Amino acid sequence: MTTLQQSDHGGDVRLTGISKTYDNGFTAVRPLDLTVPQGSFFALLGASGCGKTTTLRMIAGLEEPTTGTVHLGDQDVTGLPPYKRPVNTVFQSYALFPHLDIFENVAFGLRRRGIKSVKKQVEEMLDLVQLGEHKRKKPHQLSGGQQQRVAVARALINHPKVLLLDEPLGALDLKLRRQMQLELKRIQTEVGITFVHVTHDQEEAMTMADTVAVMNQGRVEQLGAPTDLYENPGSTFVANFLGTSNFVEAEIMGRAGDALTLRAGDGKLTLPADRCSAATATGGKVLVGVRPEKISLTHADDAAGIADGRNRITGRITESSFIGVSTQFVVDSPLCDAFEVYVQNVERDARLVPGAEVVLHWNPAHTFGLDAAQDIEAGVEKVSEDAAA
Amino acid sequence: MRWLRKNLVVIAGLITLAYLLLPNVVVTVFSFNKPKGRFNYEWQQFSLDAWKNPCGVADMCGSLSLSLQIAFWATLGATALGTMIAFALVRYRFRARGAVNSLIFLPMAMPEVVMAASLLTLFLNMGAQLGFWTILIAHIMFCLSFVVTAVKARVMSMDPRLEQAAQDLYAGPVQTFVRVTLPIAAPGIAAGALLAFALSFDDFIITNFNAGSTVTFPMFVWGSAQRGTPVQINVIGTAMFLIAVLCVLAGMMVGRRKNKTVS
Repeated sequence: MTTLQQSDHGGDVRLTGISKTYDNGFTAVRPLDLTVPQGSFFALLGASGCGKTTTLRMIAGLEEPTTGTVHLGDQDVTGLPPYKRPVNTVFQSYALFPHLDIFENVAFGLRRRGIKSVKKQVEEMLDLVQLGEHKRKKPHQLSGGQQQRVAVARALINHPKVLLLDEPLGALDLKLRRQMQLELKRIQTEVGITFVHVTHDQEEAMTMADTVAVMNQGRVEQLGAPTDLYENPGSTFVANFLGTSNFVEAEIMGRAGDALTLRAGDGKLTLPADRCSAATATGGKVLVGVRPEKISLTHADDAAGIADGRNRITGRITESSFIGVSTQFVVDSPLCDAFEVYVQNVERDARLVPGAEVVLHWNPAHTFGLDAAQDIEAGVEKVSEDAAA
Repeated sequence: MRWLRKNLVVIAGLITLAYLLLPNVVVTVFSFNKPKGRFNYEWQQFSLDAWKNPCGVADMCGSLSLSLQIAFWATLGATALGTMIAFALVRYRFRARGAVNSLIFLPMAMPEVVMAASLLTLFLNMGAQLGFWTILIAHIMFCLSFVVTAVKARVMSMDPRLEQAAQDLYAGPVQTFVRVTLPIAAPGIAAGALLAFALSFDDFIITNFNAGSTVTFPMFVWGSAQRGTPVQINVIGTAMFLIAVLCVLAGMMVGRRKNKTVS
């Protein structure tokens, strides 16, 4: 328990100017600074190959940084081998020792540190993850979810300053994954240890983490609380990688108080100035973004009933798919050829079928503005990538 | 006819087994023979004489003990070296790794007689005294390739993350090797060692060339076959066979009990 008490102060993970270039010349991580506050649940989110796992491995000591330093609290651990760092890892596909039973797997770290009486601690830890009766089984006799819990127990029993999780839920099926997300969150709250979680699953990151760092091509694109990232993305990559976004190119016409007036095609849109991360000079181009679930759909015949002050765009429905809680529409408009709109199935309008002329409208407060000089498609998940993951 | 069609696979299997085991049966049966002349080639009558007095033939048990010693040390040497080579080949990238990878198989591919003669030439040119040490060196040499092959297959299938996990859990390099790497590689190493023992114990050609005046068990059997075969040779053969079978059975029983306790 002493390690736990020591870590109560200044247990931040601090990465300073850290980068990694492999011998073959591939740069996995570009110089980045990152501070993970003590006791937080921190997620590194990104597609495969974005450098998130390499960053994690540099904290663990399994990868040597090309430049930069790693600090745990006040201690510089950059030069320390993994077995001397007060950090433990839950590996992707768990890496449980196949020749040892569950009890010995969990006891491994304690024994290596020369602790003789491990029985009580190990049994307590196995009870915490509800595997007490399986302690004499070998790892291959457990299900995926059980193996995952053993991996967590094996790391947590050492009371590390930081627990690193490398895609720990990747091998589980969807339902079990949801369950384990809540379970991990519960354990983290209970033990109060800093968790650094690497994942490519945006929902997983948003569900579990206090802070999410979105990584792309070896850089941190944006860092913040899940709601901030989702509601106010700073780049098209973040906007597309976290959920789905619709974009319209627009020109800034002027400013009225806190709001920017924009012209998009023939229409007029309003954007709160503090939600625009691009330059706000009149005449400048911006990308106007809005999330599909913020948009309301009204049939063109009822357009007169739409409240004033809402952003509106006209279009025609090209596709609709019913998925239970909501219906997802694709709307073709002169400004954007595939507007995605999610409508809750509360009061379904039978006229909203493919071919119908509609008006899309939304509260301007849900609009965000981005620099127009970037790829609108950045971060859009490709179907093939999804299948591979 | 239908019965035949149904049981064809079983019949074919039994015939193959018989084909494999018949020589062993002959060896065993003739270890209970009481031959008339010096040759143990015709069945005369049942007798336990040879089993009661297995070392009754001059020099035979001496040669057996020598063969066992050589096999033991050759296994030890070849397994230690071969394991290290296998790890180096799988885990590390070094210059000429590809060349070493193929050269290590050369002793397996070379005709044994040619190798035996060349080794003799080498030893004579170096002025080495032929005997126990030259036999041992030769045996380690040809066992090495087999051990490397067996261990390499195992090491290649090992997840390097297991060792990283051990390091992450406070095991230093030595601890990681002893506690994780070695136990997981053990089946491959054991297979290599068994192979090395079997190969060394009954090697005749290379041994015969490089033994000088030393006589190993296979050489003794060959030598006595010229003048007449004592029944004791069959006794030793049968005993070795039985020990091997017992080892296999014991291994299976240990494995089964392990599975029972955990499930």
